[in-house]
Amino acid sequence: MTAPPAPPPVAAPLVDVRDLVKHYAAERRWFGLGRPRPPVRAVDGVSFTIPSGRTLGLVGESGSGKTTVGRTMLRLQEATGGRVLFEGRDVFALDSRALRALRRRMQIVFQDPYSSLNPRMTVQETLREPLEIHGLAGTVAALLDEVGLDAVFAKRYPHELSGGQRQRVGIARALSVEPQFIVCDEPVSALDVSVQAQVLNLLADLQARRRLTYLFIAHDLAVVRHIADDVAVMYLGKIVERAPAAEIYALPRHPYTRALLSAVPEPDPKAKKSRIVLSGDVPSPATPPPGCPFHPRCPHPLKSERCRTEVPPLREVPAGSGHLAACHYGEQPMK
Amino acid sequence: MTATPAAALLRVRDLKTYFVTEHGRGTARAVDEVSFDLYPGETLGIVGESGCGKTVTSLSILRLVPEPPGHILPGSLIEFEGRNLLALAPPELRSIRGNQIAMIFQEPMTSLNPVFTVGDQIAEAAIIHQRLSRRAARARAIEMLKLVGIPDPEQRVDDYPHQMSGGMRQRVMIAMALICHPKVLIADEPTTALDVTIQAQILELLDRLQHELGMAVLLITHDLGVVAGHTDRVVVMYAGRVVETASTTELFEHPTHPYTEGLLAAVPRVDTPRSRLHAIPGQVPAATAWPTGCRFHPRCPYAWEKCVAQEPPLLDAGGGEGEGGRHTARCWLVTEPERRQAKR
Repeated sequence: MTAPPAPPPVAAPLVDVRDLVKHYAAERRWFGLGRPRPPVRAVDGVSFTIPSGRTLGLVGESGSGKTTVGRTMLRLQEATGGRVLFEGRDVFALDSRALRALRRRMQIVFQDPYSSLNPRMTVQETLREPLEIHGLAGTVAALLDEVGLDAVFAKRYPHELSGGQRQRVGIARALSVEPQFIVCDEPVSALDVSVQAQVLNLLADLQARRRLTYLFIAHDLAVVRHIADDVAVMYLGKIVERAPAAEIYALPRHPYTRALLSAVPEPDPKAKKSRIVLSGDVPSPATPPPGCPFHPRCPHPLKSERCRTEVPPLREVPAGSGHLAACHYGEQPMK
Repeated sequence: MTATPAAALLRVRDLKTYFVTEHGRGTARAVDEVSFDLYPGETLGIVGESGCGKTVTSLSILRLVPEPPGHILPGSLIEFEGRNLLALAPPELRSIRGNQIAMIFQEPMTSLNPVFTVGDQIAEAAIIHQRLSRRAARARAIEMLKLVGIPDPEQRVDDYPHQMSGGMRQRVMIAMALICHPKVLIADEPTTALDVTIQAQILELLDRLQHELGMAVLLITHDLGVVAGHTDRVVVMYAGRVVETASTTELFEHPTHPYTEGLLAAVPRVDTPRSRLHAIPGQVPAATAWPTGCRFHPRCPYAWEKCVAQEPPLLDAGGGEGEGGRHTARCWLVTEPERRQAKR
């Protein structure tokens, strides 16, 4: 392949997610009596694209649906609706054989390096399995080297490794099948700060070397800032803001993004920034509020009756900027 | 703020808490000669990563370390208002624990009993320590729920823990800890399990309650951001040792121990553009086999022969004589500062 060194800015996206929906049916009440409960709308119409070689940071708090987005894209869970196109092919329409072939191109790194490795398999066995299944020429030694682990780790079991080492093994396992796209689902949130930095740098190096495309799922806006080209913020199953990283950090146009940013504790005792402390909890995704799903907690001074009744669409603010926000008052963002 | 000239409320001296490991693999020296003071009304942060000994330190203060396998070595001193907690008989200790020194834990899910209402659990300490009647204790519990910002406290007092969100449960934990108006609150990673917007709520609540109730807080955390915004002084721990102490502003302005320096540089920040993060190479060593000399030397960019051979004591790092007390660092660079410059 003779790919140009830099992709043209309008390259077709590698990953194209359109109106993705995942609802979980509520449990039936006893003997099917009473009114059925509403389904949990974990993901409620999410769309985005990721150009080849770029990283989209998908940010949200617990229950926002960010992990479900990643898992349904890889068909680890079946979506309720919507489409996911990978290199233009509809992932949800593939039969099991075609899906297996595609799984080579799309991989995932899980949050918890403790539970995502088989405790009875050595590192070598864990890494060799995908190589054999897909008949690949790669070696365990080369994979370990690539993620910065010494060859002696091949013979070890997961319990003999530290958290950071385990996460490196998880990354090596994802790399083993030479994917183009990796869903990184909170890959550093279980790690200590000093080790977290090691793993983030490793992911950045691998991306540069292998031209990988990442969906980087995280709850930590500071971590995302150091890895993502574009950022999407989720709240109650919906994307409420999406923009190039530099823009969203400089001028968040959705009050939820603004509040999330201001809630990040800064390692600077003199940073007396205007902290916005949101009141209340995140509502249940089974019974989201009418109108703007964020309105009950919204601190925006312009909040009005319209927010309580009318769902704000995700739209470009200002028009033509490529900065999307789902707020009626996106033109007048909170300071 | 801090009150250095006043007498310390809690004095910890040469605390050693060791664990005997299974299979005879030796002794884990989890906390190894840790000393610090907590003054009335201040917030002291203890910061460090997994395995540094910060949680075992906090558990040792209230003698909550399971024995065996753990034991607090003779020669350790934990003095509260002039009494050595380590020498108290169990009934005396119980009269202090949960009453004058209270504690909140990281996991609001597992720290509450699922089969009792939150009201019963909050009221329990008041019934035991303050001999309140059930009725009076329930009224106090409702008052406490109101104080920690739970809406409809008259209704929520009869809820079970599973009916509440994570943030609510942590508020209940705080209400439980504060019902006897303790002089010292030990908060061990109180917001680590919570979302960032809920974390902001809980930290603000703790700040407000400390102000209103005038208690001293020992805040144990791995998060330097939390330390920066919510403490007066800081103790940095690494590998069972205190490696640096300073007032919070001094520590962030002049981090002296290379571990503190590395940790600060490793924190991703929302206010700096995308860049490569500083990583501390290697891993935290095992508590059964701390390195010789300075325990940080295998990961330290400045280490030289002396660091391998000889462990430094906590040395005066200067620049912290005023409010907040001395600035100390367990590092030979304090005596040979030119080596730091040479490396840069």
